[in-house]
Amino acid sequence: MNFSFLDDYGSYFLNGAWVTLQLSFFGVLFGTLLGIVFALMRLSRVWIVRILATAYIEIIRGTPMLVQIFIIHFGLTNFGINFSPFMSGVIALTINSAAYMAEVFRAGIQAIDKGQTEAARSLGMSRGQAMRLIVLPQAFRNMLPAIGNELIVIIKDSSLVSTIGIAELMYNARTVQSSTYIPLEPLLVAAGVYFVMTFTLSQLLNVLERRLGKR
Amino acid sequence: MIEIKGLMKSFGKNQVLKGIDATIQKGEVVAVIGPSGSGKSTFLRCLNRLEEPTGGTIRFKDRDVTAAQRDLNVIRQKMGMVFQHFNLFPHMSVLENLTITPRKVKGMNKEEAEKIALELLRSVGLEDKRDARPDSLSGGQKQRIAIARALAMQPEVMLFDEPTSALDPEMVGEVLDVMKRLAQNGMTMIIVTHEMGFAREVADRLIFMDGGYIVEEGLPREVLSNPQHARTKEFLSKVL
Repeated sequence: MNFSFLDDYGSYFLNGAWVTLQLSFFGVLFGTLLGIVFALMRLSRVWIVRILATAYIEIIRGTPMLVQIFIIHFGLTNFGINFSPFMSGVIALTINSAAYMAEVFRAGIQAIDKGQTEAARSLGMSRGQAMRLIVLPQAFRNMLPAIGNELIVIIKDSSLVSTIGIAELMYNARTVQSSTYIPLEPLLVAAGVYFVMTFTLSQLLNVLERRLGKR
Repeated sequence: MIEIKGLMKSFGKNQVLKGIDATIQKGEVVAVIGPSGSGKSTFLRCLNRLEEPTGGTIRFKDRDVTAAQRDLNVIRQKMGMVFQHFNLFPHMSVLENLTITPRKVKGMNKEEAEKIALELLRSVGLEDKRDARPDSLSGGQKQRIAIARALAMQPEVMLFDEPTSALDPEMVGEVLDVMKRLAQNGMTMIIVTHEMGFAREVADRLIFMDGGYIVEEGLPREVLSNPQHARTKEFLSKVL
């Protein structure tokens, strides 16, 4: 094992990790917002709205993210739509996490006792108020483990966008590989950095879960 | 105050209410009894449209409840409801349970909402639980809080759906006491219950339901001691 390349190339991994974090952050942020919308659509009383959301979720979950990334970045140029690589990466991660988050939110909302909504409605709250003030805050607490799981998946899956030339962690690891002709160690460093990120995140979530659980 | 005409409700092919006619006067306390599956809870839940009636009309004061769209939420503010399983909001303190709806629905400011809430908590004897979480309360305490929560919206009628059925026997009394005081203060109340003693003592009128109909109604003492209908006799012989 020889890690001496880190003296010259260490910044590649740090910069790459920073881009990975940015990609994941925006992917999860927009994915969560969009996911809530799709979850509510799936619970809608209007069947066409339900079908649209279900179709979206099934299609996104049923096709490989790599294919989606290529369609967004290369395929859409067919229609004159050109995203920067970073934009394409964020969009791909967003539409993906939205599909998975939607299912997490839907399950979380449905797990809340119907009596909670009934009590809220009987007091005069609108459907929206009952959802926002009563159901979602309770659902969120139950959903935390599943949300945490999804965050970790997104961080790992973001390595796929290295294929469209975004200089994130995986891309930079391969750059170091080819510059130094060292096949193994740069990948081990990348794996280590990914692990530090996901492990830190899961520990943070554990703390948050305990805090919320105590109340 | 409430006028019900030909009220019907079906769940799929199962017709639970087969045409209910009833009139509730202001200040009246009406107890609804009957065997399980008789439709008494469904009847109550139709009054504020937690269940959507499939036929008939309900008028509350001068409003048509059955036709209400947007103003349904306004009507519901005037009809408090207490559930068998309390349905307190577990992610909020007791005080927040009482203040959230007055604040968010009526736009009441925090100070005023808390003032009303604390008075209500005092009246149900639970002022010291203002900062407690619902999970830390006994069943009887939860139900008294639930009554206070409904009252915080200053309703004109209170609907009780088997309010003591989920309670341990030793906690039934404290809840009934609160309800009794409410009745004495002139609140209009409709109570679906199995507490015959309470119905006899507190209610102005007793309604016996069976098979989706009102089979018999009258003064509680008379219905309980001298039932006219065979099904009423059969039911009472089992529960008394």
